[in-house]
Amino acid sequence: MTPMRTLATAGRVLLQIRSDPRTIALLLVVPSLLIGLVAWIFDETDVFASIGPAMLALFPFIVMFLVTSISTLRERRSGTLERLLSMPLGRGDFILGYTLAFGLLAIVQTAVAVGYATLVCGLTIDGSLWLLFIVAIADALLGTALGLLASAFARTEFQVVQFMPVFVFPQILLGGIFLPRPQLPDVLEVIGDWLPLSHAIDALDAVSTGDEDDAFIWLRVLFIVCWIVGAVIVGSLTLRRRTP
Amino acid sequence: MMNNAIVARGLRVRRGRSTVIDGLDLEVPRGAIIGLLGPSGSGKTTLMRAVVGVQIIAGGSVMVLDRKAGSAPLRRRVGYMTQAASIYEDLSVRANLRYFARVQGAPPADVDRVLERTDLVGQADRLARTLSGGQANRVSLAAAMLGSPELLVLDEPTVGLDPVLRADLWEIFRRLADDGTTLLVSSHVMDEATRCDRLLLMREGAIIADTTPDELLRSTGTASAEEAFLRIIERDSAGPGSRTRTKPARHLLSRRGGRR
Repeated sequence: MTPMRTLATAGRVLLQIRSDPRTIALLLVVPSLLIGLVAWIFDETDVFASIGPAMLALFPFIVMFLVTSISTLRERRSGTLERLLSMPLGRGDFILGYTLAFGLLAIVQTAVAVGYATLVCGLTIDGSLWLLFIVAIADALLGTALGLLASAFARTEFQVVQFMPVFVFPQILLGGIFLPRPQLPDVLEVIGDWLPLSHAIDALDAVSTGDEDDAFIWLRVLFIVCWIVGAVIVGSLTLRRRTP
Repeated sequence: MMNNAIVARGLRVRRGRSTVIDGLDLEVPRGAIIGLLGPSGSGKTTLMRAVVGVQIIAGGSVMVLDRKAGSAPLRRRVGYMTQAASIYEDLSVRANLRYFARVQGAPPADVDRVLERTDLVGQADRLARTLSGGQANRVSLAAAMLGSPELLVLDEPTVGLDPVLRADLWEIFRRLADDGTTLLVSSHVMDEATRCDRLLLMREGAIIADTTPDELLRSTGTASAEEAFLRIIERDSAGPGSRTRTKPARHLLSRRGGRR
Protein backbone atom coordinates (compact mmCIF):
# COMPACT_ATOMS: atom_id res chain seq x y z
CA MET A 1 0.00 0.00 0.00
CA THR A 2 1.40 3.41 -0.95
CA PRO A 3 -0.04 6.93 -0.57
CA MET A 4 0.60 7.60 -4.26
CA ARG A 5 -1.53 4.68 -5.40
CA THR A 6 -4.26 5.44 -2.87
CA LEU A 7 -4.44 9.05 -4.02
CA ALA A 8 -4.32 8.02 -7.67
CA THR A 9 -7.30 5.74 -7.05
CA ALA A 10 -9.25 8.45 -5.21
CA GLY A 11 -8.48 10.90 -8.04
CA ARG A 12 -9.59 8.41 -10.65
CA VAL A 13 -12.89 7.73 -8.84
CA LEU A 14 -13.61 11.48 -8.57
CA LEU A 15 -12.73 11.95 -12.24
CA GLN A 16 -15.21 9.22 -13.16
CA ILE A 17 -17.93 10.92 -11.13
CA ARG A 18 -17.10 14.27 -12.71
CA SER A 19 -17.83 12.88 -16.15
CA ASP A 20 -21.37 12.18 -14.97
CA PRO A 21 -22.90 15.59 -14.06
CA ARG A 22 -26.36 14.15 -13.61
CA THR A 23 -25.17 11.85 -10.83
CA ILE A 24 -23.45 14.79 -9.12
CA ALA A 25 -26.64 16.83 -9.32
CA LEU A 26 -28.69 13.95 -7.90
CA LEU A 27 -26.17 13.40 -5.11
CA LEU A 28 -26.27 17.02 -4.05
CA VAL A 29 -29.90 17.96 -4.62
CA VAL A 30 -31.97 14.89 -3.76
CA PRO A 31 -31.23 14.80 0.01
CA SER A 32 -32.20 18.45 0.33
CA LEU A 33 -35.40 17.95 -1.65
CA LEU A 34 -36.41 15.03 0.59
CA ILE A 35 -35.56 16.92 3.75
CA GLY A 36 -37.64 19.78 2.40
CA LEU A 37 -40.51 17.37 1.76
CA VAL A 38 -40.36 15.98 5.31
CA ALA A 39 -40.29 19.49 6.74
CA TRP A 40 -43.32 20.40 4.63
CA ILE A 41 -45.27 17.27 5.70
CA PHE A 42 -44.81 18.18 9.36
CA ASP A 43 -45.29 21.88 8.75
CA GLU A 44 -48.16 22.22 11.25
CA THR A 45 -46.39 20.22 13.96
CA ASP A 46 -43.04 20.29 15.73
CA VAL A 47 -42.11 16.77 14.57
CA PHE A 48 -39.49 17.99 12.10
CA ALA A 49 -37.44 19.48 14.89
CA SER A 50 -37.02 16.00 16.37
CA ILE A 51 -36.62 13.86 13.19
CA GLY A 52 -34.83 16.43 11.03
CA PRO A 53 -31.37 15.60 12.42
CA ALA A 54 -31.99 11.89 11.79
CA MET A 55 -32.72 12.72 8.15
CA LEU A 56 -29.24 14.22 7.92
CA ALA A 57 -27.87 10.86 9.09
CA LEU A 58 -29.86 8.81 6.62
CA PHE A 59 -29.02 10.38 3.30
CA PRO A 60 -25.22 10.30 3.26
CA PHE A 61 -25.46 6.72 4.50
CA ILE A 62 -27.95 5.46 1.90
CA VAL A 63 -26.47 7.37 -1.03
CA MET A 64 -22.89 6.32 -0.31
CA PHE A 65 -24.00 2.72 0.20
CA LEU A 66 -25.60 2.68 -3.25
CA VAL A 67 -22.86 4.56 -5.07
CA THR A 68 -20.06 2.46 -3.61
CA SER A 69 -21.72 -0.91 -3.99
CA ILE A 70 -22.60 -0.25 -7.62
CA SER A 71 -19.22 1.19 -8.61
CA THR A 72 -17.24 -1.62 -7.01
CA LEU A 73 -19.58 -4.16 -8.57
CA ARG A 74 -18.86 -2.50 -11.91
CA GLU A 75 -15.14 -2.87 -11.25
CA ARG A 76 -15.58 -6.53 -10.48
CA ARG A 77 -17.68 -7.17 -13.57
CA SER A 78 -15.81 -5.06 -16.12
CA GLY A 79 -12.51 -6.79 -15.36
CA THR A 80 -10.82 -3.58 -14.17
CA LEU A 81 -10.59 -4.98 -10.63
CA GLU A 82 -8.87 -8.11 -11.93
CA ARG A 83 -6.49 -5.92 -13.91
CA LEU A 84 -5.73 -3.74 -10.86
CA LEU A 85 -5.14 -6.74 -8.61
CA SER A 86 -2.71 -8.20 -11.15
CA MET A 87 -0.80 -4.89 -10.87
CA PRO A 88 1.13 -3.55 -7.87
CA LEU A 89 -2.00 -2.06 -6.27
CA GLY A 90 -2.61 -2.92 -2.62
CA ARG A 91 -6.10 -3.92 -1.59
CA GLY A 92 -5.91 -1.12 0.96
CA ASP A 93 -5.11 1.36 -1.85
CA PHE A 94 -8.29 0.34 -3.59
CA ILE A 95 -10.55 0.56 -0.55
CA LEU A 96 -8.99 3.71 0.93
CA GLY A 97 -9.05 5.34 -2.51
CA TYR A 98 -12.79 4.80 -2.72
CA THR A 99 -13.29 5.84 0.89
CA LEU A 100 -11.37 9.09 0.34
CA ALA A 101 -13.21 9.98 -2.85
CA PHE A 102 -16.65 9.29 -1.46
CA GLY A 103 -15.76 10.84 1.89
CA LEU A 104 -15.04 14.10 0.04
CA LEU A 105 -18.33 13.85 -1.80
CA ALA A 106 -20.09 13.20 1.50
CA ILE A 107 -18.68 16.42 2.95
CA VAL A 108 -20.11 18.45 0.06
CA GLN A 109 -23.40 16.58 0.20
CA THR A 110 -23.73 17.12 3.93
CA ALA A 111 -22.86 20.80 3.61
CA VAL A 112 -25.66 21.28 1.08
CA ALA A 113 -28.15 19.26 3.14
CA VAL A 114 -27.32 20.97 6.42
CA GLY A 115 -27.42 24.38 4.80
CA TYR A 116 -30.80 23.66 3.30
CA ALA A 117 -32.23 22.12 6.49
CA THR A 118 -31.15 25.02 8.69
CA LEU A 119 -31.52 28.01 6.38
CA VAL A 120 -34.60 27.00 4.38
CA CYS A 121 -36.43 24.45 6.55
CA GLY A 122 -35.73 26.21 9.82
CA LEU A 123 -34.02 23.31 11.59
CA THR A 124 -32.13 24.56 14.61
CA ILE A 125 -28.72 23.16 15.51
CA ASP A 126 -27.85 24.13 19.06
CA GLY A 127 -24.67 22.04 19.28
CA SER A 128 -21.48 22.52 17.30
CA LEU A 129 -21.76 22.44 13.53
CA TRP A 130 -18.40 20.83 12.98
CA LEU A 131 -19.34 17.90 15.23
CA LEU A 132 -22.41 17.50 13.06
CA PHE A 133 -20.15 17.31 10.01
CA ILE A 134 -17.96 14.72 11.64
CA VAL A 135 -20.94 12.52 12.43
CA ALA A 136 -22.32 12.91 8.91
CA ILE A 137 -18.96 12.05 7.36
CA ALA A 138 -18.58 9.00 9.61
CA ASP A 139 -22.05 8.06 8.44
CA ALA A 140 -21.14 8.42 4.78
CA LEU A 141 -17.98 6.38 5.28
CA LEU A 142 -20.07 3.72 6.99
CA GLY A 143 -22.26 3.59 3.89
CA THR A 144 -19.13 3.31 1.72
CA ALA A 145 -17.71 0.48 3.82
CA LEU A 146 -20.94 -1.48 3.93
CA GLY A 147 -21.51 -0.89 0.22
CA LEU A 148 -18.11 -2.33 -0.53
CA LEU A 149 -19.01 -5.37 1.54
CA ALA A 150 -22.39 -5.77 -0.15
CA SER A 151 -20.86 -5.67 -3.62
CA ALA A 152 -18.87 -8.80 -2.77
CA PHE A 153 -22.08 -10.77 -2.33
CA ALA A 154 -23.81 -9.50 -5.45
CA ARG A 155 -23.37 -10.84 -8.95
CA THR A 156 -25.54 -8.27 -10.72
CA GLU A 157 -26.68 -4.67 -10.33
CA PHE A 158 -30.17 -5.95 -9.54
CA GLN A 159 -28.86 -7.91 -6.59
CA VAL A 160 -26.85 -4.99 -5.30
CA VAL A 161 -29.92 -2.77 -5.26
CA GLN A 162 -31.78 -5.53 -3.38
CA PHE A 163 -29.05 -5.49 -0.77
CA MET A 164 -29.94 -1.95 0.16
CA PRO A 165 -33.15 -2.98 1.97
CA VAL A 166 -31.17 -5.76 3.69
CA PHE A 167 -28.38 -3.54 4.99
CA VAL A 168 -30.24 -0.25 5.36
CA PHE A 169 -33.95 -0.69 6.17
CA PRO A 170 -33.55 -2.63 9.43
CA GLN A 171 -31.18 0.07 10.64
CA ILE A 172 -33.72 2.79 9.84
CA LEU A 173 -36.57 0.84 11.49
CA LEU A 174 -34.61 0.01 14.63
CA GLY A 175 -32.68 3.29 14.80
CA GLY A 176 -35.33 5.13 16.80
CA ILE A 177 -36.84 7.35 14.11
CA PHE A 178 -40.22 5.60 14.09
CA LEU A 179 -40.29 4.76 17.76
CA PRO A 180 -37.68 5.70 20.37
CA ARG A 181 -35.50 2.65 21.00
CA PRO A 182 -36.33 2.27 24.71
CA GLN A 183 -39.97 1.71 23.69
CA LEU A 184 -39.10 -1.17 21.34
CA PRO A 185 -39.55 -4.83 22.42
CA ASP A 186 -36.48 -5.88 24.41
CA VAL A 187 -34.85 -8.02 21.70
CA LEU A 188 -35.27 -5.33 19.06
CA GLU A 189 -33.96 -2.69 21.44
CA VAL A 190 -30.78 -4.69 21.99
CA ILE A 191 -30.32 -5.23 18.26
CA GLY A 192 -30.98 -1.56 17.61
CA ASP A 193 -28.43 -0.58 20.22
CA TRP A 194 -25.72 -2.47 18.33
CA LEU A 195 -26.48 -1.09 14.88
CA PRO A 196 -24.27 1.79 13.75
CA LEU A 197 -26.99 3.98 12.26
CA SER A 198 -28.72 4.14 15.67
CA HIS A 199 -25.64 5.79 17.09
CA ALA A 200 -25.42 8.21 14.18
CA ILE A 201 -29.02 9.21 14.80
CA ASP A 202 -28.38 9.60 18.54
CA ALA A 203 -25.32 11.70 17.88
CA LEU A 204 -27.06 14.00 15.44
CA ASP A 205 -29.99 14.39 17.82
CA ALA A 206 -27.56 15.34 20.56
CA VAL A 207 -25.79 17.83 18.31
CA SER A 208 -29.01 19.52 17.25
CA THR A 209 -30.45 19.80 20.77
CA GLY A 210 -27.12 20.55 22.39
CA ASP A 211 -28.30 18.52 25.42
CA GLU A 212 -25.31 16.21 25.71
CA ASP A 213 -21.63 16.96 26.12
CA ASP A 214 -19.05 16.34 23.41
CA ALA A 215 -17.88 13.08 24.99
CA PHE A 216 -21.33 11.55 24.39
CA ILE A 217 -21.08 12.41 20.70
CA TRP A 218 -17.47 11.28 20.33
CA LEU A 219 -18.37 7.94 21.90
CA ARG A 220 -21.08 7.51 19.25
CA VAL A 221 -18.61 8.44 16.51
CA LEU A 222 -16.12 5.92 17.90
CA PHE A 223 -18.78 3.21 17.78
CA ILE A 224 -19.49 4.03 14.11
CA VAL A 225 -15.77 4.04 13.35
CA CYS A 226 -15.47 0.53 14.82
CA TRP A 227 -18.16 -0.62 12.40
CA ILE A 228 -16.38 1.10 9.50
CA VAL A 229 -13.08 -0.59 10.36
CA GLY A 230 -14.80 -3.96 10.70
CA ALA A 231 -16.61 -3.60 7.38
CA VAL A 232 -13.44 -2.44 5.63
CA ILE A 233 -11.48 -5.42 6.95
CA VAL A 234 -14.15 -7.91 5.94
CA GLY A 235 -14.57 -6.06 2.64
CA SER A 236 -10.86 -6.20 1.85
CA LEU A 237 -10.94 -9.94 2.47
CA THR A 238 -13.45 -10.19 -0.35
CA LEU A 239 -10.99 -8.56 -2.76
CA ARG A 240 -9.11 -11.65 -3.77
CA ARG A 241 -6.12 -11.51 -6.05
CA ARG A 242 -6.76 -15.13 -6.94
CA THR A 243 -10.25 -16.16 -7.93
CA PRO A 244 -11.68 -19.51 -9.08
CA MET B 1 15.86 -22.40 -16.42
CA MET B 2 16.98 -18.78 -16.89
CA ASN B 3 15.98 -18.88 -20.53
CA ASN B 4 12.40 -19.72 -19.81
CA ALA B 5 9.77 -17.07 -19.24
CA ILE B 6 7.16 -19.55 -18.04
CA VAL B 7 7.55 -23.02 -16.58
CA ALA B 8 4.50 -25.00 -15.50
CA ARG B 9 4.76 -28.38 -13.81
CA GLY B 10 1.78 -30.65 -13.22
CA LEU B 11 -0.62 -27.69 -13.23
CA ARG B 12 -4.13 -28.62 -12.15
CA VAL B 13 -7.09 -26.25 -12.10
CA ARG B 14 -10.55 -27.16 -10.90
CA ARG B 15 -13.66 -25.20 -11.58
CA GLY B 16 -16.58 -26.33 -9.48
CA ARG B 17 -16.52 -30.11 -9.51
CA SER B 18 -14.78 -30.54 -12.85
CA THR B 19 -11.06 -30.43 -13.46
CA VAL B 20 -10.44 -27.94 -16.24
CA ILE B 21 -6.69 -28.45 -16.50
CA ASP B 22 -5.24 -31.75 -15.29
CA GLY B 23 -1.49 -32.10 -15.01
CA LEU B 24 -0.23 -29.60 -17.58
CA ASP B 25 3.51 -29.21 -18.21
CA LEU B 26 4.83 -26.25 -20.14
CA GLU B 27 8.03 -24.39 -20.93
CA VAL B 28 7.96 -21.06 -22.71
CA PRO B 29 11.23 -19.44 -23.83
CA ARG B 30 11.94 -15.73 -23.35
CA GLY B 31 11.90 -13.07 -26.00
CA ALA B 32 9.46 -14.56 -28.47
CA ILE B 33 5.83 -14.49 -29.49
CA ILE B 34 4.17 -17.63 -28.24
CA GLY B 35 0.77 -18.36 -29.72
CA LEU B 36 -1.69 -20.21 -27.51
CA LEU B 37 -4.21 -21.61 -29.93
CA GLY B 38 -7.26 -23.68 -29.41
CA PRO B 39 -11.04 -23.61 -29.62
CA SER B 40 -13.00 -21.55 -27.14
CA GLY B 41 -13.52 -23.49 -23.95
CA SER B 42 -10.21 -25.32 -24.32
CA GLY B 43 -8.75 -23.68 -21.21
CA LYS B 44 -6.66 -20.90 -22.78
CA THR B 45 -7.99 -18.18 -20.51
CA THR B 46 -7.62 -20.42 -17.46
CA LEU B 47 -4.00 -21.17 -18.33
CA MET B 48 -3.26 -17.47 -18.91
CA ARG B 49 -4.88 -16.54 -15.61
CA ALA B 50 -2.71 -19.14 -13.91
CA VAL B 51 0.38 -17.57 -15.53
CA VAL B 52 -0.64 -14.08 -14.38
CA GLY B 53 -1.40 -15.49 -10.94
CA VAL B 54 -5.05 -14.55 -10.61
CA GLN B 55 -6.32 -18.12 -10.94
CA ILE B 56 -6.71 -20.38 -7.91
CA ILE B 57 -4.87 -23.56 -8.80
CA ALA B 58 -5.56 -27.00 -7.34
CA GLY B 59 -2.07 -28.42 -7.76
CA GLY B 60 1.29 -28.20 -9.48
CA SER B 61 3.33 -25.04 -9.92
CA VAL B 62 3.69 -22.16 -12.34
CA MET B 63 6.96 -20.24 -12.37
CA VAL B 64 7.10 -16.94 -14.27
CA LEU B 65 10.46 -15.21 -14.86
CA ASP B 66 11.91 -17.58 -12.24
CA ARG B 67 9.39 -16.61 -9.58
CA LYS B 68 6.13 -18.09 -8.39
CA ALA B 69 3.31 -16.86 -10.63
CA GLY B 70 1.40 -13.97 -9.06
CA SER B 71 4.07 -13.10 -6.47
CA ALA B 72 4.36 -9.42 -5.62
CA PRO B 73 7.55 -8.55 -7.58
CA LEU B 74 6.02 -10.01 -10.73
CA ARG B 75 3.11 -7.57 -10.68
CA ARG B 76 5.44 -4.96 -12.21
CA ARG B 77 7.08 -7.33 -14.65
CA VAL B 78 4.03 -8.99 -16.15
CA GLY B 79 1.38 -7.15 -18.19
CA TYR B 80 -2.04 -8.73 -18.55
CA MET B 81 -4.72 -7.90 -21.08
CA THR B 82 -8.00 -9.64 -20.34
CA GLN B 83 -10.36 -10.77 -23.04
CA ALA B 84 -12.87 -8.00 -22.43
CA ALA B 85 -11.31 -4.53 -22.64
CA SER B 86 -10.93 -3.86 -18.91
CA ILE B 87 -10.82 -0.08 -18.92
CA TYR B 88 -12.98 2.64 -17.37
CA GLU B 89 -15.67 3.62 -19.86
CA ASP B 90 -16.36 6.95 -18.19
CA LEU B 91 -12.75 8.15 -18.44
CA SER B 92 -10.87 9.41 -21.45
CA VAL B 93 -8.25 7.19 -23.04
CA ARG B 94 -5.49 9.32 -21.56
CA ALA B 95 -7.07 9.40 -18.08
CA ASN B 96 -7.35 5.61 -18.14
CA LEU B 97 -3.70 5.21 -19.05
CA ARG B 98 -2.55 7.89 -16.62
CA TYR B 99 -4.24 6.07 -13.76
CA PHE B 100 -2.90 2.65 -14.73
CA ALA B 101 0.57 4.17 -15.14
CA ARG B 102 0.48 5.52 -11.60
CA VAL B 103 -0.68 2.15 -10.27
CA GLN B 104 2.06 0.42 -12.25
CA GLY B 105 4.61 2.92 -11.02
CA ALA B 106 5.51 3.86 -14.59
CA PRO B 107 6.72 7.39 -15.38
CA PRO B 108 4.05 9.78 -16.75
CA ALA B 109 5.86 9.95 -20.10
CA ASP B 110 5.12 6.28 -20.57
CA VAL B 111 1.51 7.18 -21.33
CA ASP B 112 2.55 9.00 -24.50
CA ARG B 113 4.84 6.16 -25.50
CA VAL B 114 2.11 3.49 -25.34
CA LEU B 115 -0.42 5.82 -26.99
CA GLU B 116 1.95 6.17 -29.89
CA ARG B 117 2.80 2.49 -30.00
CA THR B 118 -0.85 1.50 -30.20
CA ASP B 119 -1.73 4.29 -32.65
CA LEU B 120 -4.17 5.95 -30.27
CA VAL B 121 -2.75 9.48 -30.19
CA GLY B 122 -5.74 10.79 -32.16
CA GLN B 123 -8.20 9.23 -29.69
CA ALA B 124 -6.35 10.20 -26.51
CA ASP B 125 -8.97 12.67 -25.29
CA ARG B 126 -12.04 10.69 -26.22
CA LEU B 127 -14.14 8.97 -23.57
CA ALA B 128 -13.48 5.24 -23.64
CA ARG B 129 -17.21 4.64 -23.91
CA THR B 130 -17.28 6.28 -27.36
CA LEU B 131 -14.54 4.08 -28.81
CA SER B 132 -15.11 1.22 -31.23
CA GLY B 133 -14.45 -2.29 -29.98
CA GLY B 134 -11.09 -2.40 -31.72
CA GLN B 135 -9.97 0.91 -30.26
CA ALA B 136 -11.07 -0.08 -26.74
CA ASN B 137 -9.07 -3.28 -27.19
CA ARG B 138 -6.01 -1.25 -28.09
CA VAL B 139 -6.44 0.94 -24.97
CA SER B 140 -6.50 -2.26 -22.95
CA LEU B 141 -3.33 -3.40 -24.71
CA ALA B 142 -1.70 0.00 -24.16
CA ALA B 143 -2.48 -0.28 -20.43
CA ALA B 144 -0.81 -3.69 -20.33
CA MET B 145 2.28 -2.22 -22.04
CA LEU B 146 2.80 0.49 -19.38
CA GLY B 147 6.09 0.16 -17.56
CA SER B 148 7.45 -2.09 -20.33
CA PRO B 149 6.78 -5.45 -18.63
CA GLU B 150 9.07 -8.33 -19.58
CA LEU B 151 6.14 -10.66 -20.15
CA LEU B 152 2.88 -9.67 -21.80
CA VAL B 153 -0.06 -12.05 -21.45
CA LEU B 154 -2.69 -11.15 -24.02
CA ASP B 155 -6.01 -12.96 -24.02
CA GLU B 156 -7.52 -13.00 -27.52
CA PRO B 157 -6.38 -9.44 -28.34
CA THR B 158 -7.51 -9.66 -31.96
CA VAL B 159 -10.96 -11.14 -31.44
CA GLY B 160 -13.65 -9.35 -33.42
CA LEU B 161 -11.23 -7.13 -35.33
CA ASP B 162 -11.17 -6.67 -39.08
CA PRO B 163 -8.16 -8.11 -40.93
CA VAL B 164 -6.42 -4.73 -41.29
CA LEU B 165 -6.57 -3.97 -37.58
CA ARG B 166 -5.51 -7.49 -36.81
CA ALA B 167 -2.45 -7.13 -39.00
CA ASP B 168 -1.66 -3.80 -37.27
CA LEU B 169 -1.80 -5.43 -33.87
CA TRP B 170 0.48 -8.27 -34.93
CA GLU B 171 2.96 -5.66 -36.12
CA ILE B 172 2.88 -4.10 -32.66
CA PHE B 173 3.48 -7.51 -31.10
CA ARG B 174 6.40 -8.16 -33.41
CA ARG B 175 8.05 -4.85 -32.52
CA LEU B 176 7.62 -5.61 -28.79
CA ALA B 177 9.19 -9.03 -29.26
CA ASP B 178 12.07 -7.45 -31.18
CA ASP B 179 12.67 -5.27 -28.11
CA GLY B 180 13.01 -8.40 -26.01
CA THR B 181 9.49 -8.71 -24.58
CA THR B 182 8.00 -12.18 -24.26
CA LEU B 183 4.41 -12.34 -25.49
CA LEU B 184 1.93 -15.08 -24.73
CA VAL B 185 -0.95 -14.43 -27.12
CA SER B 186 -4.08 -16.54 -27.28
CA SER B 187 -6.33 -16.84 -30.28
CA HIS B 188 -8.87 -19.17 -31.75
CA VAL B 189 -8.18 -17.91 -35.25
CA MET B 190 -5.85 -20.55 -36.61
CA ASP B 191 -4.46 -18.28 -39.37
CA GLU B 192 -2.74 -16.22 -36.70
CA ALA B 193 -0.56 -19.22 -35.89
CA THR B 194 1.83 -18.33 -38.68
CA ARG B 195 2.66 -14.98 -37.06
CA CYS B 196 4.02 -16.59 -33.89
CA ASP B 197 7.53 -17.82 -33.13
CA ARG B 198 6.23 -20.79 -31.19
CA LEU B 199 2.87 -22.44 -30.99
CA LEU B 200 1.06 -24.15 -28.19
CA LEU B 201 -2.04 -25.98 -29.32
CA MET B 202 -4.51 -26.46 -26.55
CA ARG B 203 -7.55 -28.66 -26.38
CA GLU B 204 -9.70 -29.77 -23.45
CA GLY B 205 -7.29 -28.36 -20.92
CA ALA B 206 -4.17 -30.02 -22.31
CA ILE B 207 -1.33 -28.87 -24.56
CA ILE B 208 -1.55 -31.26 -27.51
CA ALA B 209 1.31 -29.72 -29.48
CA ASP B 210 4.28 -27.51 -28.64
CA THR B 211 5.90 -26.56 -31.92
CA THR B 212 6.82 -23.83 -34.41
CA PRO B 213 4.64 -22.73 -37.33
CA ASP B 214 6.95 -24.32 -39.94
CA GLU B 215 7.30 -27.51 -37.97
CA LEU B 216 3.52 -27.70 -37.54
CA LEU B 217 2.90 -27.63 -41.27
CA ARG B 218 5.82 -29.92 -42.09
CA SER B 219 5.03 -32.60 -39.54
CA THR B 220 1.39 -32.77 -40.48
CA GLY B 221 1.93 -32.37 -44.23
CA THR B 222 -0.80 -29.76 -44.45
CA ALA B 223 -1.00 -26.35 -46.09
CA SER B 224 -2.82 -24.38 -43.42
CA ALA B 225 -2.72 -24.17 -39.65
CA GLU B 226 -6.39 -25.03 -39.45
CA GLU B 227 -5.89 -28.34 -41.27
CA ALA B 228 -2.79 -29.05 -39.25
CA PHE B 229 -4.71 -28.58 -36.04
CA LEU B 230 -7.40 -31.02 -37.20
CA ARG B 231 -4.72 -33.54 -38.13
CA ILE B 232 -3.08 -33.28 -34.72
CA ILE B 233 -6.39 -33.78 -32.97
CA GLU B 234 -7.02 -36.93 -35.02
CA ARG B 235 -3.59 -38.19 -34.08
CA ASP B 236 -4.03 -37.17 -30.47
CA SER B 237 -7.27 -39.07 -30.05
CA ALA B 238 -6.15 -42.15 -32.05
CA GLY B 239 -2.60 -42.44 -30.78
CA PRO B 240 -1.50 -44.99 -28.16
CA GLY B 241 -1.91 -43.93 -24.58
CA SER B 242 -3.70 -40.80 -25.58
CA ARG B 243 -6.62 -39.42 -23.71
CA THR B 244 -9.77 -41.24 -24.72
CA ARG B 245 -12.36 -38.53 -24.17
CA THR B 246 -12.70 -36.71 -27.44
CA LYS B 247 -15.32 -34.43 -28.73
CA PRO B 248 -16.37 -33.98 -32.35
CA ALA B 249 -14.32 -31.57 -34.41
CA ARG B 250 -17.17 -29.07 -34.78
CA HIS B 251 -16.33 -28.11 -31.21
CA LEU B 252 -13.00 -26.94 -32.52
CA LEU B 253 -14.48 -24.59 -35.06
CA SER B 254 -16.87 -22.87 -32.73
CA ARG B 255 -16.34 -19.12 -32.91
CA ARG B 256 -18.01 -18.18 -29.69
CA GLY B 257 -15.97 -16.04 -27.33
CA GLY B 258 -14.40 -17.73 -24.35
CA ARG B 259 -15.64 -17.59 -20.81
CA ARG B 260 -15.89 -14.32 -18.88
